[in-house]
Amino acid sequence: MKILVCIKQVPASNQVRVDEETGVLIRDGVSAKMNPYDLFALEFALQLKERFSCEVDVLTMGPLQAKSVLNEAVYMGADRGVLLSDRKFAGADVIATSYTLAQGIKATGSYDLILCGKQTTDGDTGQVGPEMAEFLGVEHVSNVFEVLFVNEEKMLVKVNFEHHTYEQEIRYPCLLTIEKEANIPRLPSYKRKKQTTDDVISVLSLEDFTDKDPSHYGLNGSETSVERIFSPEKNDDRIMLSGEPSEQVQALYALLKERHVF
Amino acid sequence: MAYLKINHERITEEFAEELKKLCPFGAIEIGQDGKLNINSACRTCRLCVRRGPEGCIEYVEEETGGADLSQWHGTAVYIEHVGKQIMPVSFELLTKAKSFGGKVIALFISDTTEGIEELKKSDADEIHAYIAPDLKYFTVLPYAAVVEDFIKKTKPAAFMFGATSLGRSLAPRVAARFHTGMTADCTMLEMHEGETLVQIRPAFGGNIMARILTKRNRPQFCTVREKVFTADPPHESDHAELFMEEVPELPAASTVCGMEHKVPVENIANAERIIAVGRGLKKKEDIALLEDLAASIGAQIACTRPLVEQGWMPAYRQIGLSGRTVKPKLIIAFGISGAIQFVTGMKSSDLIVAVNSDPEAPIFETAHVGICADLYDIVPLLKEQFLEG
Repeated sequence: MKILVCIKQVPASNQVRVDEETGVLIRDGVSAKMNPYDLFALEFALQLKERFSCEVDVLTMGPLQAKSVLNEAVYMGADRGVLLSDRKFAGADVIATSYTLAQGIKATGSYDLILCGKQTTDGDTGQVGPEMAEFLGVEHVSNVFEVLFVNEEKMLVKVNFEHHTYEQEIRYPCLLTIEKEANIPRLPSYKRKKQTTDDVISVLSLEDFTDKDPSHYGLNGSETSVERIFSPEKNDDRIMLSGEPSEQVQALYALLKERHVF
Repeated sequence: MAYLKINHERITEEFAEELKKLCPFGAIEIGQDGKLNINSACRTCRLCVRRGPEGCIEYVEEETGGADLSQWHGTAVYIEHVGKQIMPVSFELLTKAKSFGGKVIALFISDTTEGIEELKKSDADEIHAYIAPDLKYFTVLPYAAVVEDFIKKTKPAAFMFGATSLGRSLAPRVAARFHTGMTADCTMLEMHEGETLVQIRPAFGGNIMARILTKRNRPQFCTVREKVFTADPPHESDHAELFMEEVPELPAASTVCGMEHKVPVENIANAERIIAVGRGLKKKEDIALLEDLAASIGAQIACTRPLVEQGWMPAYRQIGLSGRTVKPKLIIAFGISGAIQFVTGMKSSDLIVAVNSDPEAPIFETAHVGICADLYDIVPLLKEQFLEG
């Protein structure tokens, strides 16, 4: 069985602000990490690998620096990493990202099971998995939080909704997005780190894809565009309570009474 | 077609450095050929165009053929339901769709017609119902086939789904099928000239809002969380016209073997008073202090994402973009900095009180009442005050 886990490098901090005077985006620090939600998808794959003879590959799209998250995944137990990197992928929205990943997957190999995290911490949308499944022509199940049964043809999984859960039986090939309740991810292994050679990570660009038309990727291939960005409106009409904590509490209590909120 | 064009002849070493520094995403770099490059980290914020040295980077847009936009009208809303119970978010979206001025078209998929009577009194102008035994449970391929059939018949300019587990699975699947734009978790929506949907949401993972447009194809897909908009009360008599649609041939799909209703847990989305806590909390055990305070005014406890990630609080207590949206009469935020992801989930609350020891914390910009103090000083005193009355 061949499993692919899609992962993403995200900023370690989400503190981006707009400079009031210049309107320029300020991002504190540039450090990056693996999207925390992807760890659960990766762990899901690695637990299957322990039970069956599976190959687990990891795939990401990004600049060359994104190799570090592939390495981290390999240290955790993945076999091989693939980085999709090309300046023509720049500026991709959900659909262009999904299409690029789907093309990258087709160029990398054929997989029985494709796994994604539930969402990313920088985009927060969780839309790329389902769109990718559509482009790959496979069924998908979102919000999987438990495996009840698995063999080399199918899986019985538990799926999370707002007011209920399902038990759903799905055959390969398929794509699942994994909830964080599914497992507790392992840490990268130092031993694996020492053993890993550089050749486990390969880099693919547009030239390696079947569809080489640059207008289908990046900004050109995007169906949404950002008209403009702005700072959220502020509430300038607020009361700041001053004094010692005891005075502040009394003032707050009086105010809450006056507004009849309890 | 649109792209960022680098005018290499204008790029000096100095300009290259300036541009590299300017890009908040580190997407501008010097390539192996020594030339300036824009790599795939680019998010098209176009800061380099607007703020960079003049003429160095241009945004070039070329008109290309997309869908014939004049064929697409009105707003479709996916009606989500569990059994005959229609989810509140569907009614909220129908009311929002009505405010756009055009036709409001509801899509109802089920194995029975239960729920349709209630829907007739909603803000929908038309209800298109697809009823078949195989549509009892949501599985993505059959449902996507139905949505596809519905879109081809009704041609809505915009299509709204609740940002639920189902909506977040089905909407992108169909958006990809129609090769059109999809914006998740919109916090504001504006319809311009009856056909262009401006989709507004926090973006770039930070304290910034983006206005997003779907460029050339239709429908314009978006998802919206519960309680972001408000539903109008139902009409007194039937308002919507019902169309019973023929169910198209459904693709083979996986099977749902069992459905289990969740034991209802406290839902912070319905709370009238909320005590929310963030990273100002020093250790898990201290949650007890806030629980006592909450109990003293009959409030529910809620929190920010970091506390859920640390395993200090269950996910259903999380407020924000990846948690729940709340609109209580009172929310007191303790030790919460006020990241936009959190603020988005509570800014419509009637009265917002923020307690934070950092006078610069962005939460004060959202709060109606601010207390600059350590939560550990305030919480015990406030509890005492509440109990004494």
